[in-house]
Amino acid sequence: MIRIEENKCDFCGCCVGLCPTDCIEVKEAVIEIDDDECVDCDLCIFICPIEVLSHVEKTAV
Amino acid sequence: MWKKQQFDVVVVGGGPAGSTFARIAARGGLSVLVLEKDRDIGVPVRCGEAVSDAGLRIFHEPRDRWIKSTITRIKLVAPNESSVEFDMKEKGYILDRRIFDYDLADMAVEEGAIVITKAYVDGLLIDNDYAVGVKGTYLNEPFEVRAKLVVGADGVESRVGRWMGIRTQLKLKDMESAIQKTVSGIDVEPDRFEFYLSKKWAPGGYLWVFPKGRHMANIGLGISGNYAREGKAACRFLDEFLEWKYPQASVLTTVAGGVPVAKTLKQIVANGLMLVGDAARTVNPMTGGGIISAMRSGLLAAETAVELIKNRKDLHMKNLREYEHRWHKIGGRNHERYYRLKEAIFRFSDDDLNRIASRIAAVSVDDRSLLKLFSIAVAQKPTLLIDVVRLFARL
Repeated sequence: MIRIEENKCDFCGCCVGLCPTDCIEVKEAVIEIDDDECVDCDLCIFICPIEVLSHVEKTAV
Repeated sequence: MWKKQQFDVVVVGGGPAGSTFARIAARGGLSVLVLEKDRDIGVPVRCGEAVSDAGLRIFHEPRDRWIKSTITRIKLVAPNESSVEFDMKEKGYILDRRIFDYDLADMAVEEGAIVITKAYVDGLLIDNDYAVGVKGTYLNEPFEVRAKLVVGADGVESRVGRWMGIRTQLKLKDMESAIQKTVSGIDVEPDRFEFYLSKKWAPGGYLWVFPKGRHMANIGLGISGNYAREGKAACRFLDEFLEWKYPQASVLTTVAGGVPVAKTLKQIVANGLMLVGDAARTVNPMTGGGIISAMRSGLLAAETAVELIKNRKDLHMKNLREYEHRWHKIGGRNHERYYRLKEAIFRFSDDDLNRIASRIAAVSVDDRSLLKLFSIAVAQKPTLLIDVVRLFARL
């Protein structure tokens, strides 16, 4: 699953533009990822310009 | 109160595409509601803010209050830090988009549109396989607004099209991971664009220095999603550049963002729905510039919408396709060419770029033009010629 460092996020939404399952929601200053819909493709991690997102194993949470 | 009304059109997103659509549609006699999720129209500015004079003039006489700098020259910096300069045939501007976007929205209001900020849309009202409105939250209260037509002007993060089954997801290679800082306390030439081309500065993209006066500039870069995959984020590249070139700079604004450098989506309409601007992927895929093309798509979509709604036509996608056809005819085909050119040019290695720069430097300044640059680039990399021939074969 994807971990979000919300206090780093700029809410630009470029992760939303790539997400194949449309599981990311970005509002004015809120970002949420639906873990059940996420398929761990990590595209959002790659594209994020400011290293907000990272991959964590589900068991680690 | 907008929540209780029915509209001809509800537009999701109050950037240049949404506001241009709203202005033209309202002028054509339609009732139009624009819903913007952020607190302010025009903020945050996720843009290098560069436009051409000719492009802007298609829509508006430039106003002094929009313009931070007038640009007449371009400087290209090669990987080995040698540089070449050109005079531009047509001038360009660095805008203040906080003011520009605000004015575009206000012009739509002057024509009769209603604009609301802090209105977040999270779904469509769908009836009989037609989009017939939107739902969302406004100041924590849920709302629903019904309209004959929904326009998705909701940017790179667009979801409006997906809710009607249009696949808008970009491929990693078709997105630039971008970051920009507006810095002050530096010395820049106020009439010159600067582009830095190298894999060390911005792999699969470029770094820009766009002056906003003599002591301030938008300094940003985009890296191709393909390179972003390798693990070094855009912010790291920019920090390294600033540390090297402008270590004393103050940072007044930092924005991140994705630039869709794709071909325009083939499908940009569905029943009761149109996509415009970044949501339709109208950005020029070679330059990453998107202000004018977004406005153009908004204009074309609005003309089609006025025609259909005024004549009480069914807003089935087969009728809305008129907009799709017009966009692909005017803008889309150019974008396909630019897309191919982008793919060709980003194949240059740093050594290629250094050699091209040194050859251009040998050409007298008066003879320098983008065409000359191009012919030198082709001489350097004959495979580019094949791409160019392919490009022009499609003209």
